[in-house]
Amino acid sequence: MKTVFELSKPGRKAYQFPECHLLAYEFDSKYLSENELELPEVDEVSLVRHYTELSNHAYGVDNGFYPLGSCTMKYNPKINEITAALPGFTNLHPLQKKRDIQGSLELMYRLQEALKQITGMGAMSLQPAAGAHGEYTGLKIIKKYHTDRGDLSRTKIIVPDSAHGTNPASSTLCGLQLVNIPSLEDGSVDLDALSAACGADTAGLMLTNPNTLGKFDKNITKISQIVHDAGGLLYYDGANMNAIMGVARPGDMGFDVVHLNLHKTFATPHGGGGPGAGPVGVCEKLASYLPSPHVTKDRSGTYSLSTPENTIGSVKAFYGNFNVLVKAYTYILVLGREGLRNASEMAVLNANYLKHLLKKYDYDKDSRCMHEFVLSMEKVHKETGVSALDIAKSMIDYGIHPPTMYFPNIVHEALMFEPTETETKETLEEVAAIIIEIIDRAYTNPEEVKNSPKAAYITRPDEVKAAREPKLKA
Amino acid sequence: MKFAKTHEWVKIENNVATVGITDYAQNEMGDIVYVDMPEVGRVVAIDEEVLELESVKAVAPVNSPVAGTVIEVNEELDKAPEMVNSDAYNAWLFKVEVTEESGELMSEEEYQNYLKTL
Repeated sequence: MKTVFELSKPGRKAYQFPECHLLAYEFDSKYLSENELELPEVDEVSLVRHYTELSNHAYGVDNGFYPLGSCTMKYNPKINEITAALPGFTNLHPLQKKRDIQGSLELMYRLQEALKQITGMGAMSLQPAAGAHGEYTGLKIIKKYHTDRGDLSRTKIIVPDSAHGTNPASSTLCGLQLVNIPSLEDGSVDLDALSAACGADTAGLMLTNPNTLGKFDKNITKISQIVHDAGGLLYYDGANMNAIMGVARPGDMGFDVVHLNLHKTFATPHGGGGPGAGPVGVCEKLASYLPSPHVTKDRSGTYSLSTPENTIGSVKAFYGNFNVLVKAYTYILVLGREGLRNASEMAVLNANYLKHLLKKYDYDKDSRCMHEFVLSMEKVHKETGVSALDIAKSMIDYGIHPPTMYFPNIVHEALMFEPTETETKETLEEVAAIIIEIIDRAYTNPEEVKNSPKAAYITRPDEVKAAREPKLKA
Repeated sequence: MKFAKTHEWVKIENNVATVGITDYAQNEMGDIVYVDMPEVGRVVAIDEEVLELESVKAVAPVNSPVAGTVIEVNEELDKAPEMVNSDAYNAWLFKVEVTEESGELMSEEEYQNYLKTL
């Protein structure tokens, strides 16, 4: 299909301004652009058709099953959009006087308080704009905490090899040296390897719990003790928080710093529908290190913005992605304490049911999982030549979004499913039947699976060529 | 040619070790799209991570089976990383002037037997 620029014809327009009653203002020419802006000129109906066609080629959770593991592509309730569109929230300016935006500051304060309760942390910043941004912010806090104490030797961050890829990336960006430790077969932390890696140079450990194999690490209090005894801090990657909301709290497990992904766990749009929000929570002793500005409430009930004493500074302009915060707060209010717990319980139940239906191909056949699980297509691949990638691609022809592939790295030919809490029993059964049908076809007609998808708008992009010869400019 | 458990091959001639990854390793990785070369002059220890290979599936570290100084990297792979896939035993990655060799390297036969256990 054509781009909106290719549809452009001079003079066509899809807007009509009211008559202007103001006097023309003469700008100093130094402020004016020398070149005409290259904007597409398109009539209204062409414009509507263009974007409608684009939306038909896209796929989202409103279209169907979207089990992207460790990404929590959960359904975003429409009420979130209604509250976030309220003019009182949308017509704000970040430089408005604080006394005129008390309601919005109150919303942020209340969201901070709710997230503190959910995570068990002492203080919360809403400023980071995404999960990895939250990781970076949290690591900055850990780094500054050590250097402010004059402990300059703590330069290493320990990350298990089952971790999310963003963990090593954030550590490196933050100037910390990465120490990778191997995980056990179920993705949990190898305590011996952890003890051996911990020392006077340990800044902290980054951990996801439940881990990327969807297992809750039962040794968490021992892990916490080993790291704390060595003088390090514990960082909680909140990407898998959807498994434990209202059931367990990172703060109670001994974590010192936590990030949450509001666009995963708290039902704000995700993946092209963003932007995201990655609030960071810290324990009491780190509260003074949070980013600035921070929303506070004084005794008279007035909300203001303050600069925490030892702040790492600002990590984003103004207050973070405010409209995302409105959606997340709406989600929390609508569900309430019981509802949040129920959402996590349903997410875990759904994952276990789908895991059970597909147990023949399960990486970890015997035990239960949390909110996600991993299949291994290693046997299928060896016997048929059909890979996890081919099976994922084939799912597109059935109107299902593929799961996460080839992650975690410790599982060969991995397919990682996270169905989330909102899918019905019937959907899960239908999906399991489709996956089994695709795997059966891998044995009877492998070429067909390898050449899928056939029905999609874009079939098989050349991923190798795209990576080797990226074309970044039109 | 000797082999490491982490699937590197090494050939030592005149005190210079040439290092690459095995055919098994390239097959596991899938299409290699980028080689993140180390700097020439870098001093490396045995089993230290020297570079990263990036494929469409994953990023994997390559360790040095010897200690010493990196004296050359295979710059051809910058433009043609697919050579690691098509000819793993000729597409060397880096050369090290050796000060010490790992005591745990395997012969080809031992490596083939080791692969059967995986």
